[in-house]
Amino acid sequence: MSDAAQSPDMPARPALYELFRGFVIVSISGFGGALPWARRMIVEQKRWMTADEFNEAFALAQFLPGPNVVNFSVVFGSRFGGAAGAAVALAGLMGPPLVIVTVLAILYAQFGELEYLGRMLTGVTAAATGLLIAVVGKMAMPLFTKRWGWPAAIAILAFIGVAILRWPLPYVFVVLAPIAVALAWFFPAVKAVKP
Amino acid sequence: MNDNPLVALAGYFALLSLFAVGGANAAIPEMHRIAVEVMQWMNDRQFADSFAIAQLSPGPNVIIVTLIGYHVAGFAGAGVATVAMCGPTCLVSFFAARTWDRFKDAPWRIAVQAGLVPVSLGLIAASAFILARVVDNSIYAGLVTAATVVVAVFTRINPLWLFAAGGLLGLSGWL
Repeated sequence: MSDAAQSPDMPARPALYELFRGFVIVSISGFGGALPWARRMIVEQKRWMTADEFNEAFALAQFLPGPNVVNFSVVFGSRFGGAAGAAVALAGLMGPPLVIVTVLAILYAQFGELEYLGRMLTGVTAAATGLLIAVVGKMAMPLFTKRWGWPAAIAILAFIGVAILRWPLPYVFVVLAPIAVALAWFFPAVKAVKP
Repeated sequence: MNDNPLVALAGYFALLSLFAVGGANAAIPEMHRIAVEVMQWMNDRQFADSFAIAQLSPGPNVIIVTLIGYHVAGFAGAGVATVAMCGPTCLVSFFAARTWDRFKDAPWRIAVQAGLVPVSLGLIAASAFILARVVDNSIYAGLVTAATVVVAVFTRINPLWLFAAGGLLGLSGWL
């Protein structure tokens, strides 16, 4: 079992089935976002990564487009098991929800017209919308409380383009993203000095 | 696009996956635009219900595409939509993971990230706006949303409790 070549302070390199099982557990415990559970498993329970390594891998997953946790499973899996590792981590993360949600989709196709079910789901969406607004508020705080610089203007333009004018996201992105990145290049945010 | 719904699902979601900066929550407005407005696969209520079911399900919230896909074309639709939404970005992630060490401290990388944060903020705000427009049709639903904002800002309560409260209020016939 013990591997003489492995130094004691290096975390154990997970086998493929362990990677798969780990991400299955993350996916089925992760209500309302899987990230906290991924962190708990990887950093606290299995010690496959240190907190810094985790943050760095997650920074990459966030930097890339698409669903963050999905990206993270690929980044993490590939680091420990190459293409096979990426595939099993992704399969572990997406497999169980895919099955569960497909069952729910079948049930919804059958019973979706029921009035009380619709009312219940409306209540859930109303609450979930509130959660999203709270997230927006937390994200917006540092952008709007300082002085109104370009980030606030970009956020407002993205909102208007997508929510009010209902332009396709790729169009809005192709126009706004290069401008935003150029602004970030020429006017980097000055880190606020703590009083 | 094409008349075949599977081709449309694959094309739209594969493209969307590459522009969804800020994750699944940033992609909601574009999903709504495609599924409800352009393709008219579902109505507002069915879209909002799919969002709620995805929130109630374990796993990543991006799983809403599976529900949309199933609604459009059954099992094949569910599979195609899920693979299309995850595939391109997973390939990008796989190759980026190998080069990240080389560019993680590069000035252009930092500028790209700093530039995209406000873009994704605007997109997530748009998600909240679209969902509120669809779901907050009564004063009571609006109150549930407003109350959830307050609770989520001032406490660290598990979101499932908020969903349960919203769902029960809905069930009781208030919304």
